[in-house]
Amino acid sequence: MTAMMQSVSSTTNKVLGYPLNAWYVAAWDHEVTRKPMSRRIADRPLALYRTEDGKAVALADACWHRLAPLSMGKTLGKDEIQCPYHGIVYNSAGRCVSMPAQETINPSATVPSFPVVERYRYVWVWLGDATQADPTLIPDMHQMSSEEWAGDGETIFAPCNYQLVLDNLMDLTHEEFVHSSSIGQDELSESDFKVTQDGNTVTVSRWMLDIDAPPFWLKNMRDKFPGFEGKVDRWQIITFQSPSTINIDVGVAKAGTGAPEGDRSQGVNGFVMNTISPESAKTCHYFWAFMRNYRLDSQLITTQLRKGVHGVFGEDEAMLKAQQEAIDANPDYEFYNLNIDAGGMWVRRLIERQLTAEGRLIPTV
Amino acid sequence: MAASNIEVWQTGTVVETEAVTAETRRLVLSQSQPKKAEPGSHIDVMVTINGERQRRSYSVVDSSEDGLRVAISVFRAPQSRGGSVFMQGLNVGDQLEITQPLQNFPLRVGAPRYVLLAGGIGITAMLNMARVLRNIKADYTLVYAGRSRAAMAYLPQLEALHGDALHVHVDDEGTALKVDALLAGVDADTELYMCGPIRLMDAVKRGWDARGLSVPNLRYETFGNSGWFDPEEFVVRVPRLGVETTVGSGESMLEALEGAGVDMMFDCRKGECGLCEVRLLGLEGAVDHRDVFYSERQQHAAAKMCCCVSRAVSSGTGARKDPAGGRAVVTIDV
Ligand SMILES: Cc1cc2nc3c(=O)[nH]c(=O)nc-3n(C[C@H](O)[C@H](O)[C@H](O)COP(=O)(O)OP(=O)(O)OC[C@H]3O[C@@H](n4cnc5c(N)ncnc54)[C@H](O)[C@@H]3O)c2cc1C
Ligand code: FES
Ligand code: FES
Ligand SMILES: [Fe+2]
Repeated sequence: MTAMMQSVSSTTNKVLGYPLNAWYVAAWDHEVTRKPMSRRIADRPLALYRTEDGKAVALADACWHRLAPLSMGKTLGKDEIQCPYHGIVYNSAGRCVSMPAQETINPSATVPSFPVVERYRYVWVWLGDATQADPTLIPDMHQMSSEEWAGDGETIFAPCNYQLVLDNLMDLTHEEFVHSSSIGQDELSESDFKVTQDGNTVTVSRWMLDIDAPPFWLKNMRDKFPGFEGKVDRWQIITFQSPSTINIDVGVAKAGTGAPEGDRSQGVNGFVMNTISPESAKTCHYFWAFMRNYRLDSQLITTQLRKGVHGVFGEDEAMLKAQQEAIDANPDYEFYNLNIDAGGMWVRRLIERQLTAEGRLIPTV
Repeated sequence: MAASNIEVWQTGTVVETEAVTAETRRLVLSQSQPKKAEPGSHIDVMVTINGERQRRSYSVVDSSEDGLRVAISVFRAPQSRGGSVFMQGLNVGDQLEITQPLQNFPLRVGAPRYVLLAGGIGITAMLNMARVLRNIKADYTLVYAGRSRAAMAYLPQLEALHGDALHVHVDDEGTALKVDALLAGVDADTELYMCGPIRLMDAVKRGWDARGLSVPNLRYETFGNSGWFDPEEFVVRVPRLGVETTVGSGESMLEALEGAGVDMMFDCRKGECGLCEVRLLGLEGAVDHRDVFYSERQQHAAAKMCCCVSRAVSSGTGARKDPAGGRAVVTIDV
């Protein structure tokens, strides 16, 4: 045991474990309804449903009796769910309220009920020590539900360790190669970037001044400034919040109008909101949205942006899948780290600290 | 179902012992496979009684953050078959087989209000819960009832930790617990967790139902060994199998039937699951139902009993008959 507890893992584990004492997004708010659904988060199968009052509930998706999935059952009464197999009924706290085949209720008949908070259009769950489930620990994603921002997003089921997605988002030099037709441009890998961290967050900022806007950004500029032509200053400010949320402040402004100094009035600004929930060691649910702060009333732009980002992220998804397959096919090869990985390396360092604090640093291979 | 119910057997080594009352001993055990104990969890241990290995359960009263150590407290049971005596005889350095903490009595975080009710040694199941509720600043009351202050384990520590949240009831000080008064202060959102003698728990259950309080908000753990009456020796007959045997006061009817070669089905052995059910064909005396499987109606009907815990007594009034008056006799089919 001591040997196991002392085992060290480098920050380049190819398969990184996930902290349990954290809020993870289990679903979009609109996905959870009176009809129970099943979703596995952090290797825990969950049955998600809403009570009559609209409160989201997350129970372990296995009946106390014979482990039949409760998500195949139906909701009853105010807040109850009935096992589809022999009809045991549980309330939203996971307590058995009826055992059809007997007059009493076995006092041990419960299924775990996990803390749930609905915020920023997501249903968040806490799967670790419930006594530490403090809602103020939910990452800040306020753009998702703010009147000053508009937009929408989707979920990608990514067949890779969640850390590979975090790596992908912390280093955007890949845009030049993976997304060459939409947001990539040479200046990305040529420009300098700055990395800062404060123990809970990691920020990578990159400014590219006086450049041509790539197609995606030219279209956005023209949505706000019809007929726009000319050079832009472009920014990407990536902020990681432990353990798996990355918001990217992105945009372009007319070159030389003061955006780097804080005046973004001559530009367009978006936030790419990403939060990744590990499903298993090698799969994850990648929830993303693109929020903008201009032309808020245009559903057309919302849809166009969602579809555009869907296309861009489809390119990432293909790469992440191929990367995980290559990792699995080459178990004897290690990762190497480059200067461009600084952001991703800090993310790994922070997650590993949290895993150590939970006594779970051993990688889930 | 919670994952923590997978039984992992390991070696426990006694690292500390302490008398917390004249009848209760605290034992700190180091776990060979450390696991932190959640509030409400217990460990099972293998005890040796007359050279025979038997299993007993003890609530974890506290555990170290790293899970290396768990503490239990063992009360010397008055009619002990030997388990608690064995446990109390352990010394520092002794080793025994124990499970990692098991969970059948989870504390739910997030209720608006809590009442924790402990009768006597049942306090062991409540210590960890109360500590956690205090740490997370929950609205809780810990009600602790006992015969006399001297017999109440951990009383000074609880007073220091919980202050006004602790309500103490002591029989020999004339402040015995009044279940009605307790329940009058319970509202629809309160969760009540209790552990104690069956008489206390039955009274609370009855009061709970009478008030129409939400059944799943009443949480309890049975230690599976207390009854309405003292155990007496009685006779059990199984005509279909041509079996007749005596159930000694220190053994269960299930054990006696097994001893007589009857192939019995069972699981929990503490009156919860109903698998050990036997059908009553005849009865001289009364049944001391010690299970929580049957409803009150079913127990009154006395057509069936859970033989792992329930017993027969010679008189249903509790007044033990003159030994010459004869033993209770149950005739059953299995
Ligand atoms: C989940 C759980 C947690 C527990 N936690 C604790 C704890 O923290 N501390 C603690 O001291 N104990 C605890 N117990 C009880 C403990 O497991 C033992 O039952 C207790 O120590 C008595 O064991 P024993 O062998 O000494 O006595 P037993 O022989 O089991 O006798 C104990 C009592 O059971 C009754 N009894 C005796 N024989 C029978 C019989 N044949 N059938 C039915 N009843 C009989 C008697 O009235 C006697 O008072 C717990 C039990 C459970 C199930
Ligand atoms: S498996 Fe759910 S009631 Fe049997
Ligand atoms: S064995 Fe479970 S009630 Fe008797
Ligand atoms: Fe990408």
